[in-house]
Amino acid sequence: MLNAPTIFIASLLYLGLLFAVAWWGDKRADQGRSIIANPTIYALSMAVYCTTWTFYGSVGRAAVSGIGFLPIYLGPTLIMALGWFLLLKMIRTAKANRITSIADFISSRYGKSHLLGGLVTVIAVVGIIPYIALQLKAVSGSVILLLNYPQIVMPGRSTALPVFADMSFYIAMILAAFTIVFGTRHLDATERHEGMVAAIALESSVKLVAFLAVGLYVTYGVYDGFADIFQRVAVEESLRKLTVAIPSGHGYTGWFSLTLLAGLAILFLPRQFQVAVVENVNESHLKRAAWLFPLYLLLINIFVLPIAFGGLLHFSGEAVDADTFVLTLPMAHRQEGLTLLVFIGGLSAATGMVIVETIALSTMVCNDLVMPILLRWRGAELAESKDLSQLLLGIRRGAIVVILLLGYLYFRLAGEAYALVAIGLISFAAVAQFAPAMIGGMYWRGGTRGGALAGLSAGFLVWAYTLLLPSFAKSGWLAADFLTQGPFGLNLLRPQQLFGLTGLDEIPHCLFWSFFANIGAYVAFSVMRPPSAVEASQATLFVDALKHTRPVGAALWRGRAEVADLLQLVGRFLGPERAKSAFTAYARRKGGDAEDSPEADAELVHFAESLLAGAIGSASARVMVASVAKEEPLSLSEVMNILDEASQLRSYSRQLERKSRELEAATSDLKGANERLKELDRVKDDIMSSVTHELRTPLTSIRAFSELLRDDPKMHLPDREKFLSLIVSETERLARLVNQTLDLAKIESGNADWRGTQLDLKEVIEQSVAATSQLFSAKGGRIELDLPEGLPLILADRDRLIQVMLNLLSNAVKFLPAESGWVKVSLRTRTEGLEVSVIDNGPGIGVDDQQIIFEKFRQVGDSMTDKPAGTGLGLPISRRIVEHFGGRLWVESVLGEGAVFRFFLPFARPDNSMENAPL
Amino acid sequence: MPDRKLIGERLIATFLGGCLLFNYPVLSLFDRGADLFGIPLIYAYIFAAWAGLIAIMAFFIEHPIE
Repeated sequence: MLNAPTIFIASLLYLGLLFAVAWWGDKRADQGRSIIANPTIYALSMAVYCTTWTFYGSVGRAAVSGIGFLPIYLGPTLIMALGWFLLLKMIRTAKANRITSIADFISSRYGKSHLLGGLVTVIAVVGIIPYIALQLKAVSGSVILLLNYPQIVMPGRSTALPVFADMSFYIAMILAAFTIVFGTRHLDATERHEGMVAAIALESSVKLVAFLAVGLYVTYGVYDGFADIFQRVAVEESLRKLTVAIPSGHGYTGWFSLTLLAGLAILFLPRQFQVAVVENVNESHLKRAAWLFPLYLLLINIFVLPIAFGGLLHFSGEAVDADTFVLTLPMAHRQEGLTLLVFIGGLSAATGMVIVETIALSTMVCNDLVMPILLRWRGAELAESKDLSQLLLGIRRGAIVVILLLGYLYFRLAGEAYALVAIGLISFAAVAQFAPAMIGGMYWRGGTRGGALAGLSAGFLVWAYTLLLPSFAKSGWLAADFLTQGPFGLNLLRPQQLFGLTGLDEIPHCLFWSFFANIGAYVAFSVMRPPSAVEASQATLFVDALKHTRPVGAALWRGRAEVADLLQLVGRFLGPERAKSAFTAYARRKGGDAEDSPEADAELVHFAESLLAGAIGSASARVMVASVAKEEPLSLSEVMNILDEASQLRSYSRQLERKSRELEAATSDLKGANERLKELDRVKDDIMSSVTHELRTPLTSIRAFSELLRDDPKMHLPDREKFLSLIVSETERLARLVNQTLDLAKIESGNADWRGTQLDLKEVIEQSVAATSQLFSAKGGRIELDLPEGLPLILADRDRLIQVMLNLLSNAVKFLPAESGWVKVSLRTRTEGLEVSVIDNGPGIGVDDQQIIFEKFRQVGDSMTDKPAGTGLGLPISRRIVEHFGGRLWVESVLGEGAVFRFFLPFARPDNSMENAPL
Repeated sequence: MPDRKLIGERLIATFLGGCLLFNYPVLSLFDRGADLFGIPLIYAYIFAAWAGLIAIMAFFIEHPIE
């Protein structure tokens, strides 16, 4: 069943499915209903990291070095924990500056330099093309394996065939067509390819499922679980060394270098930059992807060792390459369905990598290599042309075909050679050279174009010398004594023991020397001279990318440009309609008048430049805009001033924010104060009306009785005396009211007369009780005293305190029940002073009224029907007196069970006489 | 946002912890040829630590700070 037509049809169906998904993704994106706008798809698209080098190669590595393959996946896991900062900053910066590739990122950071962008592109292409060749080899190898089913025949060197009979050539061309359709459908200013991302996410799922399926089958179908495989391996003398951890050949230095290398690769491989930064829909997706993507890596690695050991056990003694175990194990067990699934999984791993990598590289080649050259040599011709978008697309399509052809060429030349097998790590080491310029550029303002150029060149040359050339030598393309004797017999320059450095494997060795040269040159050349104006302004845009308020690019441009010229310029690259609609949308966002004015402001120029940057790269965009706008170049000091102003503005705005918060707080304080004032005003009005009301009642009775006496001269003497005594008592009441009002007013205004003396509270109480005993006997009530001897003295005004006691006692009497009433006065010591309680068995005071009775003119009871029994000022005055001497007066009562009035006064302190205290 | 800052600091701590766990000398502690239920100790350790690291990252990122 597993024959050529089946394989061919299955592959075509699978590619057709991918195409359908991509088409659907693009269609939905055009409708604005993105299907890739979720963090899981984003994490899956990052899994383009796992190529056939993972899918087939991990098992091969594990068969040689045990767990030596794991650092390739531990490094990215660790870096994703930092992705929160690093990737977020890259995404923000790339979106703000419309950066569409890693070459553009570096070129833009260091002053939009064509030279730098070109250098990065060259490094990327040289480093990545062999990696693409590896994918082609893996796919064609797997096809050849399947075609020989049920025999297991290792694919020989297919270079023996002429190109047109070589299947790999057709695979490369199909992939090119596929990439062209996905990647260059139209020219987009953001270079985003939603359909492609959807297809990549699907491919990532497929390769994971396929690998887990074969892993489960080998571990639990063929063998009896992990422990079984490991135990079988342990008894084989030749294999036992693989289960004992870190293989001696690599050691911990090798382990650490691989972790670092893989961690850098996940950030700076062009395909990773493409999916993680350029294709990012929403930066919040980064959060979940930060742990989902490492989880994916964990899952795809769990079964690597069991498959490797299973293969080594099964094919012991046969000539079967460990790189093919994933496919040959199910083949050897006649699992046709599983074999086909694994083949599709490997195809996914290869196509995913090739598509994304080629799109990323073609963008770089077009924007950072071809466009600059065209602009320099054919600038005048380009200026004539009306619509260059087709030219740009053509360049990109051409670049895709050329890159894949180069990959194929390398594959044919290298074949089974060492140079191809080791290329995964060699590629990683090449892109790791971007790290100093990238990370330095994002966090250090001082990095300059010169530094980046020197660092990248030095690192690239050392990389080529210590890793690429030796791989050629090992493949037999260079004389072997280049490695053993050094070039021209110069022993010190042996490429893998450079300057006599021994004891390191090739990867740590290369990493050490290339970073030594790269970082050293980057820093040295950067600090040699101050950054130029454009470098300084770009540095600020990149370094401050995560700050909330940062200077916009427009602030750093000064000059004159016509709107029509800009529109025409952008139209030439994006197509006139798209340019027109972009400008209209911009004008609408700005509020309308931008379109009408013929003169473009700095912001519009910046907008046009960033539109162009998306299509042709920031360096070319700058050149193109400069061709239609008259820019007045800013000097470094002017740029610094603007940046200073921006940072001053930031600090001013922070100050303003703080001030406005303070103002808000003050406003709410004032509101509260105003409320209190209004309340006090209302209380004052109430008091005025209460006072007048209280005064009128006695006045009315006095007047009535006086009129009676005047009008009836013949009144009997007893009546006359009765009326006269009533008049006298009402007058007294009136006088008392007036006195108390005055008294309270005095206390409140602080003009009262206070004589603070040390006095014995017991004596005061006894005196007050004696004064009120008449009242008690008149009402038939008892009074009990509980006054201990020898208590400490307190500081107060004797007369005032008697006034308080009299008030409390007379209040108590007023409400006592006739004949059975009693009042108890007790004196107790508390920690800080003395407490006096006046307890009665009267009607009590409800909870609601317990505050009211301390308010002025408020008496408990229905004031309409009951004759007021007092002035309503006694308690408020008493409370103020007690409070004046540092004490408290309060009531405890339950309605129907009597009331307790208590007051507390602090002990007199000899050193703290109230006599002289201010009032 | 103080929350964001705190999550960021936790993730940096996770990164540093992971660097320790997956390198010499911690790694050498488990590199002694012993096995755990028939599985080589170093293999079991790396996968357990790896899974633990991912779980901690997931917890820090997905769990809102109180």
